[in-house]
Amino acid sequence: MAELIRGTTGDWEMVIGLEVHAQVTSKSKLFSGAPTDFGAEPNTQVSLVDAAMPGMLPVLNGFVVEQAVKTGLGLNAQVNKRSVFERKNYFYPDLPQGYQISQFQHPIVGKGEVEIDLPDGTTKSIGVTRLHLEQDAGKSLHDQDPRKTFVDLNRSGVALMEIVSEPDMRSADEAAAYVRKLRAILRYLGTCDGNMDEGSMRCDVNLSMRKPGAPLGTRCEIKNVNSIRFVMAAIEYEARRQVEILEDGGKIDQETRLWDTRQGITRSMRSKEEAHDYRYFPDPDLLPLVLEDGLIERMQATLPELPDAKKHRFMGEWGLSAYDSGVLVAEQERAAFYEEVAKGRDPKLAANWTITELLGALNREGKDLADSPVSASKLGGLIDLIQDNTISGRIAKEVFAEMVESGKDAASIVEAKGLRQVVDTGAIDKLVDEVMAANPDKVAEYRSGKDKLFGFFVGQAMKASGGKANPALLNETLKKKLAP
Amino acid sequence: MSAVDLTLADALDRLARKDISAVELTEAHLEQMARHRSLNAYLVETPERALGEARASDARRAQGQAGPLDGIPLGIKDLFCTKGVETTAGSRMLENFVPTYESTVTANLWRDGAVMLGKLNMDEFAMGSSNMTSAYGPVENPWRRPGSNAKLVPGGSSGGSASAVAARMALGATGTDTGGSIRQPAAFCGIVGIKPTYGRCSRWGTIAFASSLDQAGPFARTVKDTAILLRSMSGFDRKDSTSVDMPVPDWVKDCVGNVRGMRIGIPRQYRIDGMPAEIERVWNQGAQWLRDAGAEIVEIDLPHTKYALPTYYVVAPAECSSNLARYDGVRYGHRGEGATLTELYENSRAEGFGAEVKRRIMIGTYVLSAGYYDAYYLKAQQVRALIARDFTLAFEKCDAILTPTAPSSAFAIGEKMDDPIAMYLNDVFTVPASLAGLPGISVPAGLGDDGLPLGLQILGKPFDESGVFRVAQAIEDAAGFTAKPALLAS
Repeated sequence: MAELIRGTTGDWEMVIGLEVHAQVTSKSKLFSGAPTDFGAEPNTQVSLVDAAMPGMLPVLNGFVVEQAVKTGLGLNAQVNKRSVFERKNYFYPDLPQGYQISQFQHPIVGKGEVEIDLPDGTTKSIGVTRLHLEQDAGKSLHDQDPRKTFVDLNRSGVALMEIVSEPDMRSADEAAAYVRKLRAILRYLGTCDGNMDEGSMRCDVNLSMRKPGAPLGTRCEIKNVNSIRFVMAAIEYEARRQVEILEDGGKIDQETRLWDTRQGITRSMRSKEEAHDYRYFPDPDLLPLVLEDGLIERMQATLPELPDAKKHRFMGEWGLSAYDSGVLVAEQERAAFYEEVAKGRDPKLAANWTITELLGALNREGKDLADSPVSASKLGGLIDLIQDNTISGRIAKEVFAEMVESGKDAASIVEAKGLRQVVDTGAIDKLVDEVMAANPDKVAEYRSGKDKLFGFFVGQAMKASGGKANPALLNETLKKKLAP
Repeated sequence: MSAVDLTLADALDRLARKDISAVELTEAHLEQMARHRSLNAYLVETPERALGEARASDARRAQGQAGPLDGIPLGIKDLFCTKGVETTAGSRMLENFVPTYESTVTANLWRDGAVMLGKLNMDEFAMGSSNMTSAYGPVENPWRRPGSNAKLVPGGSSGGSASAVAARMALGATGTDTGGSIRQPAAFCGIVGIKPTYGRCSRWGTIAFASSLDQAGPFARTVKDTAILLRSMSGFDRKDSTSVDMPVPDWVKDCVGNVRGMRIGIPRQYRIDGMPAEIERVWNQGAQWLRDAGAEIVEIDLPHTKYALPTYYVVAPAECSSNLARYDGVRYGHRGEGATLTELYENSRAEGFGAEVKRRIMIGTYVLSAGYYDAYYLKAQQVRALIARDFTLAFEKCDAILTPTAPSSAFAIGEKMDDPIAMYLNDVFTVPASLAGLPGISVPAGLGDDGLPLGLQILGKPFDESGVFRVAQAIEDAAGFTAKPALLAS
């Protein structure tokens, strides 16, 4: 869905491409054995290689290569059997080698695609240009001392996958959907934990504006946009900024900009003229990476069912809507939870309870599914009670609230609170008789044709039963007894 | 005969027979080091450590647990990181730098029982052919021209190593060779030095100059001694991705001088314009010796030879410009004062690096920069492949190649200093094999007209150090080189 920006000279279309830096899930770094634990004390996860001591050499981590191959397969991409690590040279205190080892001309993964789900229920294919492996830099801390900059090298050398998209997105919503889908795929694959707040997934946004159908305009790159919310906000801001310049007859300078989280604006970081000359060349410390025969096939065999396949299966196998399926497959744990709830039960009922009630409740409390007080089997137990008429849907909501509160299972709550539905016809006959006896004038009015009063009787009888009367049975009995 | 005049092989025999102890052998070398300290070959002497290691070696030998190099005192080029011992790479940048780790090559030597005498002077970051670029002063060659007091260079970059071994201040020494840094100083100092095939010795813990070319190797006074040392230094190391996982042969067995039936290639293109007659003479003499020993001499073509030097002086500086980026004054090494980050970088590197290193960093930065990469770096890589192919084709016609090691004998300190190009020409015969990654050895072949030693170079097929040692031994046997540096006669 292209989101057009209306200007005084007509409509403008956004052209968006994203570069996502995803930290590879692995115990050790890309070229050293140092650990990668998040949140460790500064400079405690640093090997001699990561600190670029004299004479140190990189040795490629084979597990990281497997993770990249797996990710390539998950993105339906071409995996290149031969790729080359190159050096990207620049000086910065948190880059100890004075160069980042990255892949440039020959990445490990080539063209692929990601299918995104849009809010209107449609899908769109976004091209992936390439995926390459590279080292992360350390972290410069400018706020620890008035005069000095401190450097933490814990991240130095951590393996990243840079996943570059084609400029296929046309709105902030599409960009957000792309990041969400990419994150879901990486999480399904177990190749990146996707935690944007811990920095394990970071985004650079490339954006240009054009009149619909016109050739591509000049783009700006916005660096380090570190949440989906910020991706959307940065796109909205930058699009409007560019349109204003263009409509004033100005030209967009190709430049690198920075997303300022506090002010909610993008700021110029460096112009094209100030751009670094990175002097890429093949790293002579590393031989070209040639994947061993069978590695790609072996990785293919380890691929889990990915979100899109799962979504289509949910629609086919369980008969769910595209929307419900999309919500359920967004996270692997959520989909697995749902499948456990749905097994042997009404799939649509299971989907409603999982999405509307459980996810709704968790969302209100700011909890993850992993912290849910209601397990899949407990939610299933509740649905069983609805399906076998032990409780009504209305009572079920009450029971569910209690389950969220106490973590107890549905059956024991129903038992303890005496919420079992009244299905005894004798008891219901008695209830109905009592209500009719207490309201003889209303009975007469009903019998003389005032049908609308039926609801009144249902309400009175249900109230008298404490809400426990089986609604169907009650209706049936009332109809019979009120009949003239 | 003094203990310092022993060959390494003889010293091992005497140690085994208990004719001499490791302590005695080490003490004799420490005394020799003190006597010739003015050569400036050692940057750091480690006498206490050496004696401690020698005592431990004697104890091991007494228990019958001696290693292949047990008790042999060696000097170590200051490019090899040695745990707890200053390692400067001949640069002010790493003044007072003390590694917390030991290079694989030196660790292999200590594993086999060798004793460390100290760290040897060298051209700064191994960039030079005269040892004049060291931040710690030039090294003197123990040789003198007869009747002249002019101090001569030992060659470079492993100048301290060659000078120390020639002056009997070590039974052997480690060196590194990027474009000739073992072979040329060996020739200038009248000793033997071998650069093995790229990948034989681990580069881990050896300070990098040009990663695709750097290779460690030994110096000693006989071919057999270098074979003994190289065997200990070599071996696969998974910490170096370019190290090669191949068995290490017992090369001493190849030092028998039997070249009967071998085909020795003489490359036509190595007869360069203006080559001194004495160089040509010793080269022809070498060929004749091998012919006399039963080898067949064949003319071969290495058509891209003339492009080797320019190719080398693009590739090596390119890699060095990147390899030396880590010396930024931030984490270790020399730090210059600066109010801003840029000033800190500029002052640290301006003060820490010498002129030759700066020149190569600038050349390297230039050839890799946008707009020049294709014309220089990429072209050089293509030519490098052609040079390697020249050798592959040549080795279809011969088993080893014989050339002079350097186009001249040792020159005087101060000569050629104002002309970097003339200095770079020193490497004209050694650089092609470096670009192709081939093993090459320099063996003393005799004295030139100026009374200074001249070396012959033997190049072999990849990983055929055996063939190289075989031919080198034949040259050594025929040459009967017994001349000693002037310094030792006085």
